[in-house]
Amino acid sequence: MKISISNISFSYNGTPTLSDIDFGIEKGDLVALVGPNGSGKSTLIKCMNGILKPYQGTIFINEKTLSDFTPVELAKEMAYIPQNENRNASMNVFDMVLLGRKPYINWKPSEHDLAITGEIIEALHIGHLAMRPFNKLSGGQQQTVYIARALAQEPDILLLDEPTSNLDMQHQLEVLELLKSFTRKGLTVIIALHDINLAARYANKMMMLKSGRVFAAGTTEIINETNIENLFGIKVKIIKDDGDLFVIPKGLKQEKQV
Amino acid sequence: MTEKIVAQYKKFIRRRVWFMGITVLLLIGFAGLALVSGSADTSFSSLLRVISGNGEPFSSQIILSIRLPRVIGAVLAGTALAVSGAVIQSLLKNPLASPFTLGISGAAAFGAAFAIIFLGAGSGYSSPADAAIINNPYVVTVSAFIWSLVSVVVILLLSKYKGATPEIIILSGIIISSLFGAGISAMQYFSDDVQLAAIVFWTFGDMGRATWRETLIMTAVLVPVMAFFLQQSWNYKSLQSGDEYARSLGVNVTRVRLTGMVAASLATAVVVSFFGVIAFVGLVVPHIVRRIIGSDEHFVIPASALFGGAFLLLSDTLARTAMAPVIMPVGILTSFIGAPLFLFLLIRGMKR
Repeated sequence: MKISISNISFSYNGTPTLSDIDFGIEKGDLVALVGPNGSGKSTLIKCMNGILKPYQGTIFINEKTLSDFTPVELAKEMAYIPQNENRNASMNVFDMVLLGRKPYINWKPSEHDLAITGEIIEALHIGHLAMRPFNKLSGGQQQTVYIARALAQEPDILLLDEPTSNLDMQHQLEVLELLKSFTRKGLTVIIALHDINLAARYANKMMMLKSGRVFAAGTTEIINETNIENLFGIKVKIIKDDGDLFVIPKGLKQEKQV
Repeated sequence: MTEKIVAQYKKFIRRRVWFMGITVLLLIGFAGLALVSGSADTSFSSLLRVISGNGEPFSSQIILSIRLPRVIGAVLAGTALAVSGAVIQSLLKNPLASPFTLGISGAAAFGAAFAIIFLGAGSGYSSPADAAIINNPYVVTVSAFIWSLVSVVVILLLSKYKGATPEIIILSGIIISSLFGAGISAMQYFSDDVQLAAIVFWTFGDMGRATWRETLIMTAVLVPVMAFFLQQSWNYKSLQSGDEYARSLGVNVTRVRLTGMVAASLATAVVVSFFGVIAFVGLVVPHIVRRIIGSDEHFVIPASALFGGAFLLLSDTLARTAMAPVIMPVGILTSFIGAPLFLFLLIRGMKR
């Protein structure tokens, strides 16, 4: 599934949040959106999912534009994991994952819907949690359930907004390993990430956003000291080790003394 | 392993279906009990004779013309209120919401009184059975529905604000209720004796007004509303995880919420316009049901429908027999049951 973001601009009640975003994504890419708070990462993800409508520009999925899809058709192509979801839902894990089948369900789920839900639960190794209430799970387990629910939509594109922000280091790596493994099967994954090191390690493409504009875009080659320092307003040191990149913050950038 | 997970889930679903089956049996049992109890002496054996078509004329008359419409009326009213409550709680993601606590019932009662006083829907004479005869039930119902939408609009506008917590929404519901309560008092002040009696009766819900005509109109409204709710149950379920997620599943959140609220207030308005305000059924029943079968709208909606019918029927039977020969309006009894539970839910919500 190829995505082209063409010249997108969006504003919230007259305040421009995104301006002239242009980007191309190929099937199987793992794209990281990075940038400071309020740079427009979440807004861009919501625009890609049709939750927000840009006032200018188009998003193409293969050759079709977003508006060529009905909401239900789009839900079969693209799954979204929001950043702030109600984590207090008391339904059990199976029901939660089954909810991802919603675009395919009219009155009640079919045997096929149940089978797919069972398969995904098993593939993600959460079978032992299947009958447990969602709100009693740990943060890492909840994130895995969200990913399972998104996969139940059988999407070609997966959008995630800060999936690792509440997780410990082990679970952060687990989630990204999992997503990376899906991209090898042809899923296109787009993640808004705060952690530049995770982005450097797992993404093959990256877009840096600053104040709603593309600051830099391309492969992870764009992670260099000048770019990071200007993007986040901090001083950093970048270490290369065996082809891995590590960004080490060294402190705030001092304003120039006049 | 996959089969095991699916089998586990199916077992879990069967428990929910069992609950509904048991509720149906309870409902039938309560109906039998309601048909034989009352001031006129009738026994189960005479009930059986009436059912089989060779009952004595006297018991046939009592059971078929007086008690049966009342039983059906109570079941339909309980169903309508409980389902409306369950749907409203899901739509607003607010465990304290119900037709009564949001002021929808109060607004509908105002609308009914408004129709009697100003639209001439009530006639100027009374009968021994009731304080006022409503000679145009359609006008009363339509007026109740239109006024109930006023409170729905206010609640929906308020819930758009980010800072509107569930408690604030309920507080506004109570304010709406007291505003319409004041409106009803004002109309009482300017009404004549017979109209006054009719309005007073509206403020405690009573099943005594149920006749075949009311039950037919209620059925005609409730069947499509129930079908609509069942068809929408997966949309309601998706809202539990948040509006944005529901939208990403292809759900038109604004439309689902608006149509659901209008349908729920239609069901409420029909009940209120016929029987008056029956408080807390819409709050209590969905809570009991969710506690037993879990929070899945696909099952909570039909289970609340059955359980609500059984609940109001039993309450009404208790209300008219517990202090015999005094027949207490059922709305008073449901308030005694519901108010403490409401307080409990409020306190539990504060601890969270």
